[in-house]
Amino acid sequence: MISLTINGRQERLDLPPDTPLLWALRDGLGLTGTKFGCGAGLCGACTVHVDGEAVRSCSAPIGALEGKNVLTIEGLAASVGRELHPVQQAWIEEDVVQCGYCHSGQIMSAAALLAQLPHPSDADIDGALGGNICRCGTYQRIRAGIHKAAEIAAARTDPGKAAAGAATSGGMPA
Amino acid sequence: MRRSTLNLIATLGASVIAAAMIGSAEFGTTARASVSTDPVNPDSRARSEAAFRRIAGVLRDPRCMNCHTVTEFPRQGDDRHPHIMNVLRGDADHGVPGQRCSTCHQAANQVNGIPGAPNWGLAPLSMGWEGLNDHQLAEAIKDPVRNGGRTLARIQEHMAHDVLVSWAWNPGAGRRSPSISQAELGRLVQEWIDTGAVSPDSP
Repeated sequence: MISLTINGRQERLDLPPDTPLLWALRDGLGLTGTKFGCGAGLCGACTVHVDGEAVRSCSAPIGALEGKNVLTIEGLAASVGRELHPVQQAWIEEDVVQCGYCHSGQIMSAAALLAQLPHPSDADIDGALGGNICRCGTYQRIRAGIHKAAEIAAARTDPGKAAAGAATSGGMPA
Repeated sequence: MRRSTLNLIATLGASVIAAAMIGSAEFGTTARASVSTDPVNPDSRARSEAAFRRIAGVLRDPRCMNCHTVTEFPRQGDDRHPHIMNVLRGDADHGVPGQRCSTCHQAANQVNGIPGAPNWGLAPLSMGWEGLNDHQLAEAIKDPVRNGGRTLARIQEHMAHDVLVSWAWNPGAGRRSPSISQAELGRLVQEWIDTGAVSPDSP
């Protein structure tokens, strides 16, 4: 039995310890917002947070997660106490998504980045999301969405800082 | 100059010194406890150099060198290509915000082929070994400024027993290990230390 916290709820998983977290989330708990893409850590569609860091859930055995704090796309907005996380709001405003399959992973990686770098440059974004593949090729809009999310997050905390942050963020994408 | 002096001393007194060393019941333990960096016996020097050249062969193995890079990124595979997915070193050698080494690499190899071990990450840039010849490699390993403040005894411990180093001999399916065992590596490092930890002449 593995005990861990998922989206703020204490969960006990009666599954073999080598079960990938992705299987536990989708098949065990019904949290199907996290997607299966490749199962080999090559696409990023299954990205969640473990103790605040982006993790490919297809490659994380639950036996290694005892006592850890897991956040999935279903719990992202609640983690900031809002109806939408800044990344989710930005994704809507910038119309980032095309087919959408990869975007729960894209959003979780973006949220992990912004939690540590509130005003990332394009290079920071490329480094953080290099493992998140989008076969629709929405990469330019993903960049734009992350810059927008940075603005939204800054505006939520301090409207005055939002303008200053945008001015030093390395520029808005085309 | 120093080398010439050593050779002269060795020529005149090697057999006497060697006999004294061999005659001492404590030689083995003393040599392990205190490292000589000034070998006077040409045989010891030759043994030390030979041991290090075999050690260097392991250190240059892709399983080791791929994360002992001098680049801002790790490498992958026996062809040592840059790590796919724009994986970067980051400020603390464990990736960048949003894509840490631990984003994919867990504490053990995974059934889907992703390798893993505790403390997975790049060695610091000061421990980058790419492009170094045998002499430079030995000097880098002995230098506490570059080796993380390790004594030679701790270097031996690291190479013989560190869990991340051990991964090279349990790399998961589809990856080969260095040509000698970790136990043999540990023995060679000890032999290198016991014989003076000589930095081989270049190359």
